[in-house]
Amino acid sequence: MLLSTAIVMFSLLLILGTIVVKGLPALSLDMITKAPESGYYLGGGGGILNAIVGSLLLAAGASVVSMIFGIPVALYLNIYLTRKSKLAEVIRVALDVMCGVPSIVYGAFGFAIMLYLGVRASLLGGIIAVSLLIMPVMIRAIDEVVRLVPHELIEASYSVGANRFETVFKVVVRQTLPGIISAVLLGFGRGIGDAASVLFTTGFTDRISFSLLEPVATLPLAIFFQLGTPLPEVQQRAYASAFILTVIILVLSLSARFLVSRYGRHMVK
Amino acid sequence: MNGRRLVDNIGGKLMLVLTVLSGVLLLLMAWGLVAKSSAILSLKPLDTLLFSGNWNPLRGEFGFFPFIAGTIWVVGVATVIAVPVSLLTAIYLSEYAGRKIKGIVNPFIDLLAGIPSVVYGVWGVLMIVPFVKNYIAPLYGTFSSGYCVLTAGIVLAVMIFPVIINVSVEVLNMVPREVREASLSLGATKWQTVKKVVLRRAMPGVIAANVLGIARAFGETMAVLMVAGNVAMIPKSLMDPAYPLPALIANNYGEMLSIPLYDSALFFAALLLFAVVFFFNLVSRAVLVRIEKGIR
Repeated sequence: MLLSTAIVMFSLLLILGTIVVKGLPALSLDMITKAPESGYYLGGGGGILNAIVGSLLLAAGASVVSMIFGIPVALYLNIYLTRKSKLAEVIRVALDVMCGVPSIVYGAFGFAIMLYLGVRASLLGGIIAVSLLIMPVMIRAIDEVVRLVPHELIEASYSVGANRFETVFKVVVRQTLPGIISAVLLGFGRGIGDAASVLFTTGFTDRISFSLLEPVATLPLAIFFQLGTPLPEVQQRAYASAFILTVIILVLSLSARFLVSRYGRHMVK
Repeated sequence: MNGRRLVDNIGGKLMLVLTVLSGVLLLLMAWGLVAKSSAILSLKPLDTLLFSGNWNPLRGEFGFFPFIAGTIWVVGVATVIAVPVSLLTAIYLSEYAGRKIKGIVNPFIDLLAGIPSVVYGVWGVLMIVPFVKNYIAPLYGTFSSGYCVLTAGIVLAVMIFPVIINVSVEVLNMVPREVREASLSLGATKWQTVKKVVLRRAMPGVIAANVLGIARAFGETMAVLMVAGNVAMIPKSLMDPAYPLPALIANNYGEMLSIPLYDSALFFAALLLFAVVFFFNLVSRAVLVRIEKGIR
């Protein structure tokens, strides 16, 4: 059993170690400050700023969209619906199933929506697909936090005359804010790292683009394309890009942990 | 009726609509994928699509069997590796490990879950591919490029560790302490208690946890795409390349609009994945919900 646990931990160290050892030497300032110049994929100059910017825009957009739709759902499930509600149970199972649906299927579905709406591969398309992908994850994460809010707190709020809507947004949200933020960061991390869902929907470009209707580059795809070239120098850059992506993910994950432990103490226990 | 009550009413209704919508989304996805793949479903009989090995989109032949076989091989290998390792880890974490060790191990598992699949893919290419090519394949006296079933299975196994471990630990923790204590007080050793009492009691949940992990393996795309080799043939051994369904979809999105029926065929592949994952998830979630209810 100890051996199995060691294998699991060791595999994480192995992955991180490989990425650091191969990625760090290939990393240069140009990588993170420049967009690809002509002939980049043949070993020309430039960097992957386009992909970094694109991924951040995409993940931020998708996080905001899923927050707007997701937070009310998580709150409704817990405060408006009772513990025994059949509806809540059905929705939770549906959301859990959606968490398990592979991202490539979200990509295909997002692509179908885009065909239907007449949107071509663009940041908007990517945001649609990635929001669908991360919303269930986000809702269930917030759901778990809101579920832990002491019932006395909610009743105290009712007893001073607040209605449910006020209770939800003035008491429950404030009480669970660190948890909500860490759920959003979780979704953000999922969004920034996912490649399969953006493959059809965001396209790819070498320019730095901020327009909703233009294709944008994303980090995972940049890694994938660079690794796919036969040139060792370009593959080196793929390792460096993977290193950048991993660092972003680690920072997100650690800051979520930090937020919960730092601000968690202001909560009413 | 004052303003506050109006806000409460409208806000509540709006939230109800959003909540129902989030559930309906799942049905909408199923419907969208069925609608998109109906073109090919109406032209070809289902058994040809599923069990024919002829894959030649240019000539209008769409036999998915090589891809289905590839998926099953890869997922099978991942299952064989991941299930024992994750299960033992879960048992260790829930039954043996102290608070301190849990505090060290849990962040590891969370981080493992958070690593993007493309990074797993890079790791696979950098480490597992050469390992299989240079060490494992010669060991069996065969040649392999390293991009094969075994490599994809190993990478997938590591990817599904966190899923199986997290859910299993949760299930094991739900076994009441009294049950353990009763067993121990009858003179059973710790291991006997774990094996004959705790595991038996938690069995449905543990199986559900593993099914969830396997379902995750079915749909993983990028990492598998990068290490499985992607040759459209039915793998005959661990050292053969495979071409799983998700990789097929991901690799061909570029051409799919230029060849007739191709897009519909790829949506059919997505529908297949969706159906398998949906079924697996639904069954295991139903089991888990029932367990949770039994406890309360």
